[in-house]
Amino acid sequence: MNLLGKLDWSAVPFDQPIIMGASGGVVVVIAAILSWVTLKGYVPYLWREWITSVDHKRIGIMYIILALIMLLRGFADAIMMRAQQAVAAGGAQGYLPPEHFDQIFSAHGTIMIFFMAMPFVIGMMNFVVPLQLGVRDMAFPTLNSVALGLTAAGILLTNISLAVGEFSKAGWVAYPPLSELQYSPGVGVDYYLWALQISGVGTLMTGINFVATILKTRAPGMSYMRMPVFCWTSLAANLLIVAAFPVLTATLAMLLLDRYLGFHFFTTDGQGNAMMYVNLFWVWGHPEVYILVLPAFGIFSEVVSTFSGKPLFGYRSMVAATMAICVLSFLVWLHHFFTMGASANVNGFFGVMTMIIAVPTGVKVFNWLFTMYGGRIRFTVPILWSIGFMVTFVIGGMTGVLMAVPPADFQLHNSLFLIAHFHNVIIGGTVFGLMAGYNYWFPKAFGFRLDERWGRISFWCWLIGFYLAFMPLYALGLMGMTRRMQHYDVASWQPWLVVAAVGAVVILVGIVSQVIQLVVSIRDREQLKVAADPWNGRTLEWATASPPPAWNFAVLPRVADIDAFWRRKQRERTQAQPAKERKFEPIEVPKNSATGFIIAFFAVVSGFAMIWHIWWMAGAGAIGIFLTMLAFAFRSEEEIEIPAEQIARFEQANQAEIAV
Amino acid sequence: MNVAVAVDDEVRYETRSSASEAGPATKRIVVGYGFWVFLLSDIVMFSAIFAGYAVLAHATAGGPGGAQLFNQGSVAIETACLLASSYSCGLMSMAIGSRRYAATYLAALITFVLGAAFLVLELREFAGMIAIGAGPQRSAFLSAFFTLVGCHGLHVTAGLVWLVVMMAQVAIKGFHATVERRLLCFSLFWHALDIVWVWLFTVVYLMGVLS
Repeated sequence: MNLLGKLDWSAVPFDQPIIMGASGGVVVVIAAILSWVTLKGYVPYLWREWITSVDHKRIGIMYIILALIMLLRGFADAIMMRAQQAVAAGGAQGYLPPEHFDQIFSAHGTIMIFFMAMPFVIGMMNFVVPLQLGVRDMAFPTLNSVALGLTAAGILLTNISLAVGEFSKAGWVAYPPLSELQYSPGVGVDYYLWALQISGVGTLMTGINFVATILKTRAPGMSYMRMPVFCWTSLAANLLIVAAFPVLTATLAMLLLDRYLGFHFFTTDGQGNAMMYVNLFWVWGHPEVYILVLPAFGIFSEVVSTFSGKPLFGYRSMVAATMAICVLSFLVWLHHFFTMGASANVNGFFGVMTMIIAVPTGVKVFNWLFTMYGGRIRFTVPILWSIGFMVTFVIGGMTGVLMAVPPADFQLHNSLFLIAHFHNVIIGGTVFGLMAGYNYWFPKAFGFRLDERWGRISFWCWLIGFYLAFMPLYALGLMGMTRRMQHYDVASWQPWLVVAAVGAVVILVGIVSQVIQLVVSIRDREQLKVAADPWNGRTLEWATASPPPAWNFAVLPRVADIDAFWRRKQRERTQAQPAKERKFEPIEVPKNSATGFIIAFFAVVSGFAMIWHIWWMAGAGAIGIFLTMLAFAFRSEEEIEIPAEQIARFEQANQAEIAV
Repeated sequence: MNVAVAVDDEVRYETRSSASEAGPATKRIVVGYGFWVFLLSDIVMFSAIFAGYAVLAHATAGGPGGAQLFNQGSVAIETACLLASSYSCGLMSMAIGSRRYAATYLAALITFVLGAAFLVLELREFAGMIAIGAGPQRSAFLSAFFTLVGCHGLHVTAGLVWLVVMMAQVAIKGFHATVERRLLCFSLFWHALDIVWVWLFTVVYLMGVLS
């Protein structure tokens, strides 16, 4: 028996210069960062204040850092694909061999959905939701840290596949029978499956945590209809996580059983049923779309209302639309495979449901427009992203409704029209929303604003780049080009693909501008310094200091209306407030815990061992996880108390900022 | 999470009209609620596996079907063990409520033995099926069967391990608030496994023999 399972030196593709260059570069960068951190003596600080932190704000920021790094990785894949397709016309084969190209499009989709968009959205919710609810932390702070660790573990496994072995070549959806052992004997699909299983468990934990937090821990007086819209959309997204991610776990587990133990769920022999995978996958997959976009809708609602200086138009209809989307999102999954061969009635039902789900979405768009109507709009970077979103998302939504017609979908299925459509809604919806939120809440997180000029440059590059990159794909789809082509013979496609590649370069400029924006802002942080409420905000996160203390609020705010902070400012402006002596009480905050980090470590060990069939190591990792949980269960102290004097001191120092 | 709230009493409002305005719930409620949400997600996972089983129930690939394989008698004893263990788990909750150590340990022991008996019977059934060549590799139907029943069995195993850990906690920490909350979650978990088993018994064993 081989102690290292399938793993040996042939797993490292030394003969592939592109892969070795890329992974070598990554290793060098990581080694450089780690040694810099160690040499500067930051390790104890990082360990104490970040890695073992169970503070929702810190965890949220770490999620977003992970997401931004993965955005770079996923974008590198994207620009490689665009470059390949721009040159591989006629007889040309381009610079990427098919097996490498297949890994790139699989990795691009997997990374962008699971390891860029998801952590970004979850990080945003983590940072903002407890602050908006006016409470001190999540319902389960340590679970939150474990969830972050498991997400990072999945990300690490996916990136290890770059240097050790290969990634999946079966697309980000990994449809069987292609993803079965018979047709994908390598470790690529196993990397995909274990990375998603491990991070999926983390996402489920996040979902449970947020549902409990939003439904059970809100500031006194904050009834459901007084919650900020971002909290509502987060609630909807997390209800979807709780109801959809277990289906993904079950489905991927079935595929794992097929691959590891010779089961016959989706195989071509033994009467397996590959279409069942497709159904189950999209029972998770369509709600996933809304898990990503609903929080973005919430961000737009906050941004539009703040920068228009008006309460959100139609708050109740916004809530109703959000919850309607939450329910309807489970009734449309079949539109991802109308061509499967279901009866006309079945296709008709799902086509109609798909069109119906456009109605609440339309309600939202009109609500945002009416919020801006008559408002005194301040054209800051977040509102630019919001307006860019409204235009772009409506186009994407309309092409979606077009594809909801089954006969039209038979023509467009798996064509570049589809690719253009879902990038149109995911970039135009989720990514633009996250960028708006990033610019909007950055001052809250760090106490200084992001540079406006570079923010604008980045927005315009993203917007123009997006249209250049994806509008040609609509045309190509109508011309019959299918997705995932490593090369093609039709010469008339090439000019469109060249334009798309140029668009990708413009987006690259946008991303570089964002990096510059961050660097410039950190450099100029003294000039960009802000008080608690830099945007004249409306919700409770702006009522505390920037950055907020570990305990968020010295006293829990009492809420009497929606836009609680706005009301308080109005009240304090119109009525003279009697100066009064504040008394503070000691606050208990959850104790730091290394549980999340250690469990993530063992999860990586186990996952890697399972991928390479190193059974003893997988067992050791599992035992490690169990012992870590045991140690956590037996710890003696769960919370530490922050003395009243410390709180009073902090409030004293930040008084000028908090005064409205 | 801190629930000792110092309420900002700057302004007095009308008396609160609903529970949704009461402010953060107590830790016991938050933990119990969160665990309910987890159970919901677990049941969603089972429902996906159930759906898989329903699709593949007749995909025997020429191999044996449920009617030939299932032994009603053994399954009836399994069911009785599991349901009885839920009863003893309920007794354990009452013993915890009245802070009686001996009764808690006894009820936990009965629960454990019954759960273990269930597992032994289930494993014997699996071993018997594999011995006659009806293992999960034989057909899609058997893959789905072993996955569905095995997944429930894994849950029962996890429950048994959890129960042992909890008894160790009771012995070491006593009826500490944290321990008590975890015991509450355990009993919710154990009862939820019963509910899944009732479905499983109906869909797999009863309906399997019918066809």
